[in-house]
Amino acid sequence: MATIVVDVMLKPEILDPQGKAVASALPRLGFTFATDVRQGKRFEITVDGEPTAAQLAEVEVAAEKLLSNPVIENFTVRVEK
Amino acid sequence: MKIGVVTFPGTLDDRDAARAVRYAGGEAVALWHDDAELKGVDAVILPGGFSYGDYLRCGAISRFSPVMEPLIAAAMGGMPLLGICNGFQVLAEAHLIPGALTRNQHLHFLCTDQKIRIENNNTAWTNSYTKDQEIVIPLKNGEGSYQCDDETLKMLEGEGRIIARYVGENPNGSRNLIAGISNERGNIVGLMPHPEHAIDALTGPGVDGLGFFTSVLKAMVK
Repeated sequence: MATIVVDVMLKPEILDPQGKAVASALPRLGFTFATDVRQGKRFEITVDGEPTAAQLAEVEVAAEKLLSNPVIENFTVRVEK
Repeated sequence: MKIGVVTFPGTLDDRDAARAVRYAGGEAVALWHDDAELKGVDAVILPGGFSYGDYLRCGAISRFSPVMEPLIAAAMGGMPLLGICNGFQVLAEAHLIPGALTRNQHLHFLCTDQKIRIENNNTAWTNSYTKDQEIVIPLKNGEGSYQCDDETLKMLEGEGRIIARYVGENPNGSRNLIAGISNERGNIVGLMPHPEHAIDALTGPGVDGLGFFTSVLKAMVK
């Protein structure tokens, strides 16, 4: 069993009001390290055995078609050990 | 004239949309998301709500419902199609219109009577209005901020495809105050505020919204 992870983030030029709200909450709790926060989504997809190249290619297609909206989001696909 | 109103799991405004169709003098036909058929309708409305609980992204899962396949084909062929609020989000996810709807800039759910200006009255859904007519209809959404890249924005502006714009302060952070846009042909319109809630003074802020529904009846007679 392996896990394929798809991370989806808003494109840098798209305003992220949720990330901004988190960024402004941090200093209220005394955390002053952040200059910016962006919030995204993470999908953990379980497959049997080691993912094949064909499976990973399919995940790329699914990520483009369903998991992300390419108009406003970028995604990355990786296998987690 | 038969106007289909699609119900997805989580749709809220299908009954109001059907009522608006009847007020305008049309026949409303209920369409179900899981049936890949349009029952011979002449036009379709994708109403507001929270289809599939807004899971993943608003409209992202509805966009792949069985009803969408014949609907997309018919709309590409010129059938009038109006997406209101969540319906607008479905249209964007289906790439029938450019851009995307994102979280309101101020993060709050918004529910207000909103003044908008009809800037293009040559579409299937706006021909009952005069150009630049200002109307008041309800606006209620959490993810109504219209976003697109600069090139798309320039194209929409240049081709007169911004059919309605918010008047006054920007309610949700939409680029260029966009409340609604159309496809190139003008048969597909996405609109964030809700004309179907403003067709009877007893139940809404007025009757300003009725024009969207009388427009499509006129467009089909032509």
